[in-house]
Amino acid sequence: MTRTLVVVGNGMVGHRAVQALRDRDAEGTWRVVVLAEESRPAYDRVALSSYVDTWDAGTLSLPEHDESVQVRLGDPVRHIDRAAKVVTTASGHEQGYDALVLATGSRPFVPPVPGHDLPGCHVYRTIEDLDLIRASGGRSAVVIGGGLLGLEAANAVRLMGMAPKVVELAPRLMPLQVDEGGGALLRRQVERLGLEIHCGVSTVAVEAGGNGAAAGVSLADGTRLDADVVVFSAGIRPRDELARESGLAVGERGGILVDESCRTSDESIYAVGECACLEGRVYGLVGPGYAMAEVVADRLLGGGAVFPGADTSTKLKLLGVDVASFGDAHAASPGALEVVHNDPVSGSYRKLVVSDDAHVLLGGVLVGDASQYATLRPLVGRPLPADPGSLVAPAGGVDLALPDEAQVCSCHAVTKGQITCAINESGCTDVASVKSCTKAGTGCGSCVPMLKQLLDECGVVQSKALCEHFEQSRAELFEVVRATGIRTFSQLIAGYGKGRGCDICKPVVASILASLATGHVLDGEQAGLQDTNDRFLANLQRNGTYSVVPRIPGGEITPEKLLVIAEVARDFGLYTKITGGQRIDLFGATVDQLPPIWRRLVDAGFESGHAYGKALRTVKSCVGTTWCRYGVQDSVALAIDLELRYRGLRAPHKIKAGVSGCARECAEARGKDFGVIATELGWNLYVGGNGGFKPRHADLLVSDVDTETLVRVIDRFLMFYVRTADRLQRTAAWIEAMDGGLDHLREVIVDDSLGICADLESAMAEHIDSYQDEWRGVLEDPEKLARFSSFVNAPGVPDPTISFREERGQRVPTVQLGMPTEGLLAGPNISEVAAR
Amino acid sequence: MTAVDELTWTAVCEFGDLEPERGVAALLPGGEQVALFLTYAGTLHALSNVDPFSGAAVLSRGIVGDRTGMPVVSSPVYKQAFDLTTGQCLDEPDVRVRTYPVVVWDGFVRVGSP
Ligand code: SRM
Ligand SMILES: Cc1cc2nc3c(=O)[nH]c(=O)nc-3n(C[C@H](O)[C@H](O)[C@H](O)COP(=O)(O)OP(=O)(O)OC[C@H]3O[C@@H](n4cnc5c(N)ncnc54)[C@H](O)[C@@H]3O)c2cc1C
Ligand code: SF4
Ligand code: FES
Repeated sequence: MTRTLVVVGNGMVGHRAVQALRDRDAEGTWRVVVLAEESRPAYDRVALSSYVDTWDAGTLSLPEHDESVQVRLGDPVRHIDRAAKVVTTASGHEQGYDALVLATGSRPFVPPVPGHDLPGCHVYRTIEDLDLIRASGGRSAVVIGGGLLGLEAANAVRLMGMAPKVVELAPRLMPLQVDEGGGALLRRQVERLGLEIHCGVSTVAVEAGGNGAAAGVSLADGTRLDADVVVFSAGIRPRDELARESGLAVGERGGILVDESCRTSDESIYAVGECACLEGRVYGLVGPGYAMAEVVADRLLGGGAVFPGADTSTKLKLLGVDVASFGDAHAASPGALEVVHNDPVSGSYRKLVVSDDAHVLLGGVLVGDASQYATLRPLVGRPLPADPGSLVAPAGGVDLALPDEAQVCSCHAVTKGQITCAINESGCTDVASVKSCTKAGTGCGSCVPMLKQLLDECGVVQSKALCEHFEQSRAELFEVVRATGIRTFSQLIAGYGKGRGCDICKPVVASILASLATGHVLDGEQAGLQDTNDRFLANLQRNGTYSVVPRIPGGEITPEKLLVIAEVARDFGLYTKITGGQRIDLFGATVDQLPPIWRRLVDAGFESGHAYGKALRTVKSCVGTTWCRYGVQDSVALAIDLELRYRGLRAPHKIKAGVSGCARECAEARGKDFGVIATELGWNLYVGGNGGFKPRHADLLVSDVDTETLVRVIDRFLMFYVRTADRLQRTAAWIEAMDGGLDHLREVIVDDSLGICADLESAMAEHIDSYQDEWRGVLEDPEKLARFSSFVNAPGVPDPTISFREERGQRVPTVQLGMPTEGLLAGPNISEVAAR
Repeated sequence: MTAVDELTWTAVCEFGDLEPERGVAALLPGGEQVALFLTYAGTLHALSNVDPFSGAAVLSRGIVGDRTGMPVVSSPVYKQAFDLTTGQCLDEPDVRVRTYPVVVWDGFVRVGSP
């Protein structure tokens, strides 16, 4: 029998509850109806502040539910009839339920000071709030509240071009998370960014200007601050009005009272997330909300889950300052002692809270440098592994032996024991495999350093050796080749490796030599290093034939050129298909046909598309301003320029790119290794995306830059990648594996923290200058041409094992006679394919 | 090579046509294809050109190198390695490709087949 679950509220926690239920309710015992006040689909509120980077709400979207879930947007519930088990929405829609989940979240608290409702006063909770603040076009802003959200709001306002002032009632910033010492350091750091801070003072009124809108804020100490924008961020209040009105029990300070199963005083009604009051507390963090969502999903399916307790530790980077707080950060436990290390010069503050005998860690505060957070947080409530003084000292390189039950990843509640088991028993050998095996590290990411440490502790030597012939990693070999000037494989392996190489190291060395612009890829010994695809400058197919992919920069092509492709395909009997990369692939050419095919293409002005190489593939474009009514920049011209600039660049793996003319993103730029999206002011650059085996969206690197800056940053990005990535590591995996990740990358290639940018740029300039079409190079060199023959003793005779049949009017390979039995024919499994 | 006398020897190319570690394919009178390899150390090997895993006649286009010192070619299709001397596949113990006797005589490379 199918029962009906109604979820009121489509925020992060309501969304998670539905997802958890749909994941587990395979039999479909629940029909789910979501009734939402907001008119857009559920989104990631935690990441709300990043909306100012792109003004693209799509970047915040959460996974969509399957089609069985009915979602009614923009129609809030106004009434619950508990006796009849029916809810009524604002529009009068009635919906019966068997179980009801209230996930109505909270609302920002606006102190009732005079003028709090003037035009120009805002709160900071929804996408619409941010749109309104932006649209106000204000120049001076005051943020009321210096807590976590207040500082986030202040930064957002700063990024919108206003100089924010922050007013905090408590004597320090972030009073809930940090103590006086940490707050003082935090204050100094954010003041350096130009924020004006007023602590320990209350707001008396918002004053109106001549136009009746907010113009200033007056404080209790007599200060008056100019402000045409006022943002209230002074705490939150649970939205329990619906519950109150229908007679459900609520907490003393608000919040719908629930027990440890998240059930309210009515046994068919649950409450989860920021609207719920559990054990006398209302949690303002998403982690505890998610835990409640999981409990309810389990209960609805007959399980007995209870709320596991919440970890309210926080670690964040606010305005570039690391702030972390965990456990009993304020030393509220009886007899608790504080051990502090404060270094105002280097800008770091560390405090540990320990039990009265200094043996047990109770909590701590870290400001400025929170690198110890991942190792300290799991130790809360446990005996200290060393004396507290040495733990807070700057280079506290102390061995922190954690017990197995210690929770290492609080986002996904993964213990040290589960992680070491994944390493020792399931054979995980790197952070990536630990992540996919246990989910640890896939939330906020703050536990990743700990995962690395655990791998080390388990004795996993993360070998860098390329293969049995070279001890070095690809990046190291790159440096060897660059520094020594060695230009042949034989010299390199004689000096730095052993044996005669293999199908791993040979293509790597070939790629390194090619990246260093050392002539044609098929010159001399280099030809024998190449994978078959590079050796014949074409992709090998299952039957031994090859494909031909001419470059079509940006996907733009004239009818005349299309005709040439069509004629070549017809004359050589090639199967023709439009690829996923905005160009045309011609399949089924034999080795000896490749040169005459390319002769015709090159004569017509085509060049190699490098579909075969670990190299730049395509720069996908959308039509942009030229044709599209929404375009804000000329995306086609930029895509063509970029494709021509980087064509032929050999790299550790293939590189794909895209340029979209506006935030609608028709070129799917965020699914590319580098993607450019036009803005009204210039271009946003995203890096580290891909489709393929493990899809990932690219992350914003720089925004609103002009074309010249954009190209300079891409030059540096690509050259840094070419030099330092591992073999077959796409840019996404490369950035993920980098210490410090995207932030580090930005420091290196935008802020030039290593001083290598000029070198990277000149290396790219060298590549661009020395570019030559590889196919033209073959056609002009009789010696290279001679290698494109089927048989050394019968050059004109086609391979007799290749035959074709017809399908949908085109030639496709036939399964050949004499092919081995089925077992042997099975292709490699997906993980092998992905590894190549 | 006890059966040498009964073999047909086909001259497929001049020795100078071969480049170290770069295979070529040759067609035998019966329509069989062999892959010929000259190693860096100067030894000569002839294997069936057909990759048993894909059925494609492409082994001559694989990368030549060594596994723990043993000369091998790896298939360009799914990358399994084959011992150049015996034809044994090093990744699948049950798979072996045919090898052919090969000699250089009068400057010509000759492959023997029944
Ligand atoms: C022809 C094409 C499919 C089509 O019919 O559209 C294609 C065909 C092949 N893809 Fe692809 N991919 C093609 C677009 C894509 C796309 C879509 C795109 O580029 O927009 C993707 C996902 C996006 C991405 O890469 O981020 C894609 C992800 C892959 C992958 C997985 C890469 C990964 O990082 O996981 C491989 C395997 C690899 O490169 O290791 C692959 C490998 C291959 C190879 C080269 C396999 C091989 O080694 O033989 C296929 C050979 C084609 C041939 O014989 O010419 N192909 N491949 C597309 C050619 C695009 C082009 O014009 O160059
Ligand atoms: C800027 C910002 C930064 C944050 N950063 C962090 C962070 O770093 N870490 C962290 O853990 N947390 C953070 N939070 C808090 C986190 O976003 C919340 O804990 C989380 O969103 C709570 O989810 P929820 O579903 O309970 O509430 P909400 O996300 O508020 O969702 C409640 C939904 O219910 C709807 N609703 C209310 N009443 C009704 C009704 N009667 N009928 C229908 N719908 C109704 C509301 O419109 C809303 O859409 C942040 C919050 C903000 C605003
Ligand atoms: S991305 Fe924007 S400009 Fe480009 S085609 Fe789509 S809507 Fe038009
Ligand atoms: S603690 Fe957030 S991902 Fe592990």
